[in-house]
Amino acid sequence: MSAAISSSMNLKPATLLRIDEVITHYPVKRSATLPLLHLIQEDVGYISEEAITWVATKLELQPINVYEVVTFYPMFRQKPIGRRHIKVCRTLSCALLGGYKTCEAFEHAFNTHRGEISPDGEVTIEFVECLASCGTAPVVLIDDDLHENVDVAKAKKLSDQIKSEASQRR
Amino acid sequence: MPAPQQRRIIFKHIDAPGYTNDLACYVRHGGYEILKKAVTLPAATIIDEVKKSGLRGRGGAGFPCGVKWGLVDRKSGKPIYLVVNADESEPGTFKDRYIIHQDPHQLLEGIMIASFANNVKQAYIYIRGEFPHGARILEQAVAEARAANFVGPNILGTSYSCEIFVHRGAGAYICGEETGLIESLEGKRPYPRIKPPYFPAVLGLYQCPTIVNNVETLCHVKHILEMGGDTYAKIGTPNNTGTRLLCVSGHVKRPGYYEFAVGEITLGELLNEVCGGPLPGRTFKAVIPGGSSAKILKFGETFTLKNKDGSSRTLTVEEIPMDFDTLAACGTMGGSGGVIVMDDSVNMVEALANINAFYAHESCGQCTPCREGSLWMKKITARMVHQQARSEDGALLKSVADQIAGRTICAFGEACSWPTQSFVAKFGDEFKGYAETRKEPKRADALELV
Ligand SMILES: Cc1cc2nc3c(=O)[nH]c(=O)nc-3n(C[C@H](O)[C@H](O)[C@H](O)COP(=O)(O)O)c2cc1C
Ligand code: SF4
Ligand code: FES
Repeated sequence: MSAAISSSMNLKPATLLRIDEVITHYPVKRSATLPLLHLIQEDVGYISEEAITWVATKLELQPINVYEVVTFYPMFRQKPIGRRHIKVCRTLSCALLGGYKTCEAFEHAFNTHRGEISPDGEVTIEFVECLASCGTAPVVLIDDDLHENVDVAKAKKLSDQIKSEASQRR
Repeated sequence: MPAPQQRRIIFKHIDAPGYTNDLACYVRHGGYEILKKAVTLPAATIIDEVKKSGLRGRGGAGFPCGVKWGLVDRKSGKPIYLVVNADESEPGTFKDRYIIHQDPHQLLEGIMIASFANNVKQAYIYIRGEFPHGARILEQAVAEARAANFVGPNILGTSYSCEIFVHRGAGAYICGEETGLIESLEGKRPYPRIKPPYFPAVLGLYQCPTIVNNVETLCHVKHILEMGGDTYAKIGTPNNTGTRLLCVSGHVKRPGYYEFAVGEITLGELLNEVCGGPLPGRTFKAVIPGGSSAKILKFGETFTLKNKDGSSRTLTVEEIPMDFDTLAACGTMGGSGGVIVMDDSVNMVEALANINAFYAHESCGQCTPCREGSLWMKKITARMVHQQARSEDGALLKSVADQIAGRTICAFGEACSWPTQSFVAKFGDEFKGYAETRKEPKRADALELV
């Protein structure tokens, strides 16, 4: 049964292998909920209704058990986002050194607002809470990479870099 | 007198040129020798050394590590788990990040020693979701350590076996609270559990006895065993032993991470000498000494404390030694070691509005006082900044905060009310006068905080 669902999920074979492996880390299958959601989101980009049912089946849970996890944790999303994910830290140490200006600089560069996909589909900008790098504030996480001391000038530079990578791809 | 020198034990290799985070480099620098020694010792001896060391937890509460280990239910017949708190989510705190990224094997050695001492067969490292590289580095380090027989079955040829797995969180602050963390590790919403009965030492992960320790705490364990508990206890001051990592952020010339013997350095030495003092043309106004939950200190206020012999002494903010007990006596806490500095460009209503937005976002929502109270504190301060302020708003904020602390399942209730209570108590005039402040033009150097 799980094979039938998985093919419709279109997960990469490598993801499926990692899913089966990670379940063995725990004496209770339910513990693998977060790891599975991370793996699926990394593969597909977001957590669909179908993914929720799939994870529930895989871990012998009810869909509500997975759904309540997806809706609680800020990092899980139920809709696609832009190609790149720009997370600007909002919390005090970053704000004290201009975090709000940094966020606005990114919004301006991509003609978008926090929480939305930019018109060119390239980025989603998000204001997030403390990224545990307050000593190098303001900080920004772009996909998996941390950028430190991101003032307005550096935000512009990073935006230009993303744009030029985008135009090379086209 | 110049500020005391840093004493780098945990951060000995952090940022050292040529030091890499792989096993070979760690072993070249003497790595895993203490684990080799540990597995030849009776477990009780290791726990005794940790007790003698006086080590207090570095995650926030400052609970004695040896005492915590002593509370573990060893008679239940159930497996005992070790859960490493690598959630590092308290605003202002950024120390575990460097251990995880630059010296992961130091952590693993600490985990294995703690596991051996407590007969743990399975340890989990719960790492915040926003450290994706950190999680990969730890996974790689565990794989290397397993291949070298430092982790896994029959460690170093003994009959002792222990696995370590890395588990990623997904962006929720409350997962740093130890019982919320356990729920999260069980695959659920991270709703903290009620104590009693759910003390992790008795009913923790999968209702089994569980030790939850911070990353830095476990690194100290390795060094305690290396130098002996008594020798370690001589570092720092009585009841505040060892070194601790201090993270300084905000308005200082040289923010960063530093390691000092606990209590050897004062707040003034730390900020003025080590961190280079205020930014040009500014003066210090306030400082939060132990993560955003700690009560704020106002430059210019003084504290009269009792000495052991019955006499008393008066300290300025600058004179407070950075140890657990003195900070507590001054009405705040050492907490997670995150020192957040604010200068005279900051309006305290706006700074509190920033903090309140954090707590309103992060409350798990189980307890009505916390869920509603944190939201109302956010709404009130946001209204003051963005719409209109009333002279009675300070009193209103205080009344909300006073109805949260002490009435909730977990210590988040205190964590979210302490900022409001202390800001309003110490900067009451700014709250009263904010309606006027709003009408005035902003200082050129004032930044948007909310
Ligand atoms: C709201 C809240 C958040 C916390 N966040 C963290 C955290 O991010 N990291 C951490 O180590 N401890 C955190 N703690 C403290 C833990 O609950 C626990 O006391 C600690 O991990 C125990 O380890 P230690 O004894 O080694 O300090 C938090 C506590 C509360 C109430
Ligand atoms: S105090 Fe707040 S964070 Fe803690 S359990 Fe209650 S609602 Fe959740
Ligand atoms: S406040 Fe931005 S990283 Fe901590």
